[in-house]
Amino acid sequence: MKVKSPLEVYNLLPRTNCKECGYDTCMSFAAHILDRSAKVIQCKPLVEQSEKDPKAKSKLEKLLDITAPEIAEIVIGSGDSAVKVGGEEVLHRHELTFFNPTAFFYDVWDTLDEKKIEERCEWVAKYRKFYVGKYLTLDGIAVRCTSNDPSKFGNVVKKVASYGKPMVLVTLNPDCMKAALEEVADKKPLIYAATEENWREFLRLALEYKVPVVVRSSDLDKLKSLAVTFKQAGVKEIVLDPVTEPVGEGLKRTFERVIQIRRTAIEGGDKDVAYPIMVTPISAHLINADDVTKEYWEAVIGGMFVVKYADIMIFHTLKQHVVMPTLTLRANIYTDPRTPVQVEPGLRPINDPKPEDPVFLTTNFALTYYTVESDLTSAKIRGWLLVLNTEGICVEASVAGGKFTASGVKQLIEQTKIAEKVNHKYLVIPGLAARLQGAIEDETGWKVLVGPIDSGRIKGWLEKNWPPKK
Amino acid sequence: MIKLAKRFTLQEFLETLKKYNVEELEGVKIEGDLEIEFEGSSIDLSAVAPLYAIISDLSNFLYHANMALSYMQRLSSVLGIPMPFAVQPAVSAAPPAPKVEEKLKLPEKLLEAKFTPYKVEYPGKVEEVVLGATRADGGTRDYTIKLGGEKSLAFYMFDSPQPNLPAIAIDVFDRPPALAKAVKMHYEDVLTNPAEWARKCVKKFGADLVTIHLVSTDPLLENTPAREAAKVVEEVLQAVKCPIIVGGSGNKEKDPEVLEKAAEVAEGERILLASATLDMDWERIANAAKKYGHVVLSWTQMDINNQKTLNRYLLKRANMPRNSIVMDPTTAALGYGLDYAFTNMERIRLSALKGDEDLNFPISSGTTNAWGARESWMSESPLEGDTPWGPRELRGPIWEIITGLTLSLAGVDLFMMMHPTAVATLKEIFNTLGGKNTAKIDDPNAWLKMEV
Ligand code: B12
Ligand code: SF4
Repeated sequence: MKVKSPLEVYNLLPRTNCKECGYDTCMSFAAHILDRSAKVIQCKPLVEQSEKDPKAKSKLEKLLDITAPEIAEIVIGSGDSAVKVGGEEVLHRHELTFFNPTAFFYDVWDTLDEKKIEERCEWVAKYRKFYVGKYLTLDGIAVRCTSNDPSKFGNVVKKVASYGKPMVLVTLNPDCMKAALEEVADKKPLIYAATEENWREFLRLALEYKVPVVVRSSDLDKLKSLAVTFKQAGVKEIVLDPVTEPVGEGLKRTFERVIQIRRTAIEGGDKDVAYPIMVTPISAHLINADDVTKEYWEAVIGGMFVVKYADIMIFHTLKQHVVMPTLTLRANIYTDPRTPVQVEPGLRPINDPKPEDPVFLTTNFALTYYTVESDLTSAKIRGWLLVLNTEGICVEASVAGGKFTASGVKQLIEQTKIAEKVNHKYLVIPGLAARLQGAIEDETGWKVLVGPIDSGRIKGWLEKNWPPKK
Repeated sequence: MIKLAKRFTLQEFLETLKKYNVEELEGVKIEGDLEIEFEGSSIDLSAVAPLYAIISDLSNFLYHANMALSYMQRLSSVLGIPMPFAVQPAVSAAPPAPKVEEKLKLPEKLLEAKFTPYKVEYPGKVEEVVLGATRADGGTRDYTIKLGGEKSLAFYMFDSPQPNLPAIAIDVFDRPPALAKAVKMHYEDVLTNPAEWARKCVKKFGADLVTIHLVSTDPLLENTPAREAAKVVEEVLQAVKCPIIVGGSGNKEKDPEVLEKAAEVAEGERILLASATLDMDWERIANAAKKYGHVVLSWTQMDINNQKTLNRYLLKRANMPRNSIVMDPTTAALGYGLDYAFTNMERIRLSALKGDEDLNFPISSGTTNAWGARESWMSESPLEGDTPWGPRELRGPIWEIITGLTLSLAGVDLFMMMHPTAVATLKEIFNTLGGKNTAKIDDPNAWLKMEV
């Protein structure tokens, strides 16, 4: 974003404080535009005026221009599952936040047996991993043309499209690409890839079918030339692939290319390379090694470029030892460092608890809370979960740092009136808070049972310890 | 609706154009005889679409065809025939085929562009800290390990050469610790013998250094006296000839005493004392380090300001030499606070490069913490909604690898780790990004066509 102060935005707004945008003042709206929680077009008066008044129109255009993200934002796919990539503003997450998580696409190819294609697509479409209160999912499917047969590729692509996930179509052959686009252009797939050899045909396809396109070259002058040419010809949705070389000097050079592109776009203000970047961890399967080594290396390449600037990736392996760490890393790197990750303290009934069911205690750090809550619900444990305000700090750190205290627990028990809801006075505390057992008993008069260290083991623990032996 | 009798082929049309001296169209070859039939003024675009598709397929033709189309439009009145391309479709249900009224202008050649990488040069430099001492320097180590010295972000060799790649230490404990099964299985035979354990780390698993954690000194555990614990340090120094790190139990009262004793028995070996923290007698540890020629690990809990404070205390109050401090800003595992750890370290490193002399020390990471994440050790997800987690033997090491890799990109110079595969993989990563790996593949495009 070119603007650095809300005032620059404010000066171009109608300045009537009419509240139509949903904010109390134009100034507040301007501040939200700056942190990207609001969009310029939410100011309806300005948009309406601009339809009649050329002056307003130029203001709107200027606003849109100066508030556009540093890196172009593009959309792959259509409907609810469409995924946004790019749109980044900074090189380091603490400078603001990263916005659109790297989109993960998983590989199928058209000479793979039909049943296997289905299995793989199904797996990608259904994948989920619980994490901090929600499920992490996979973004889409990359379909490679290994047959070199347009009609075969077209058919397979059509079939893959039926899973409703965004797609990357992979072939350097324009005839094959065209056949696929005939089937699925309306699903807005990303086409991969225009090179020095085939660029003219791919440019035509991108324009004709209005789909986003990857331009590909390991020579950054050439890559930029391709991007400039495509942009001039009217293509707006461009992705840069500086070519992923998976090992040795090649990987070192890939690292350099990716970083140079992003840094030159953001710090150097070079708009001709300010596009989303594609990296292909699937390339790890070209190295000469056993499967596990290739898979580990695929995760390594994935991890490296989740941290450093890749916006889109194609993976081959569907095994969890590649998917889970890269997906979790993505969630971590793209967490907004500006918002505290905590939940409301208080009482949460889990699975319709009865008065004889156990009372558990945890903290209001979102990661802790959601982990415990989902462990309890999914293990079908009935109980009362007390959530202590530790100012968003996990169990161990808040015990050590004095935010998890016996007096805090006493207050929580009183405020939630938990004693009136159960017919016992047993409180189960986290194993990592064991040292507070005595203090909590003294302070509250409740009998304190020390639970396991990890809440994933509460089920087994209850079998031995609940109901408590008198 | 008027039915036009006239049939009109593209060939004829081009001939017509020629008559009007349209020179730009010379050299255009038309293959196949294209026919357009008009049925009235309201044109069904789907009738035109196939024509359009065929035109598109003629290689190298589109540019000219486009020009032809615009000529067609301009000349339509002159010729006196209605032109399909000038007519807006009256039907609202547009066919999915490309909209023909749009002009495709394809350039003949790539527009030449030059990519000029943005240059970054920082005023600051990370201190270079040497661990271990050889005979020449009054110790008995076979080699030394240099940490730090960076003038740019980690592995940004294009900004400035990186004098030292990160080093890896493997953890050894003076009593059998609680370990994940996948880790434990590699140390089963040495768990009760720290010297043998250290030897295995170096000989078998390629550790650059070893860390001996004197956990048994914890008053809540065996409460081993400092003097006795220090004997284990001597044994390890005998067993291996690499530089070593000595860790306490984490007990704030006992650690200064334990580390002081360790410093004494390791005099001249330039070990790293782990650690001094704000809430203990850090001065006593610093003084021991100075007296016996060692380095101090300055450990804070994920807080850049605390890190700055502790470093200043060590520098200004304890007068530690600048080349004798390493920092541990705390490591959280992938999925369990790695974002905090990464950003904290990245900010520390950027401050150092920008010239903050309270923070320009090499960074150390307790990467073994990765094994605290349940994804690394649990046999299956405790949640029913999750896609099954797959074999944990493969999940565990990669959890440690990705945790370490991420933090290496934030600037970590020294890793304390445990799983042999994780150690080997991180080494491979550092050598690769450090330009010391000559492995190659023939064709980076080959994945496009591979059938596995
Ligand atoms: C991230 C982190 C921080 C972050 C905290 C971020 C946050 N919002 O919580 C920050 C930087 C703020 C921090 C600060 C501190 N930290 Co800190 N921190 C960590 C770290 C790296 C990870 C903790 C984490 O996120 N765990 C994940 C969550 C989900 O775990 P959890 O809350 O414990 O929940 C699990 C269990 O407790 C259990 N559970 C939870 N609820 C319940 C309920 C029941 C009934 C049961 C049965 C089980 C159960 O199941 C959960 C899932 O497994 C750990 C080291 C490590 N372990 O890797 C150190 C650590 C916890 N921190 C530590 C310390 C000392 C501190 C500070 C006191 C440092 C200081 N001197 O300032 C401060 C205190 C902050 C404060 N003001 O209170 C120490 C604690 C040492 C000790 N045992 O006494 C640790 C262990 C590091 C270390 N090795 O020294 N820290
Ligand atoms: S809608 Fe526009 S004019 Fe009205 S308050 Fe918001 S920013 Fe101001």
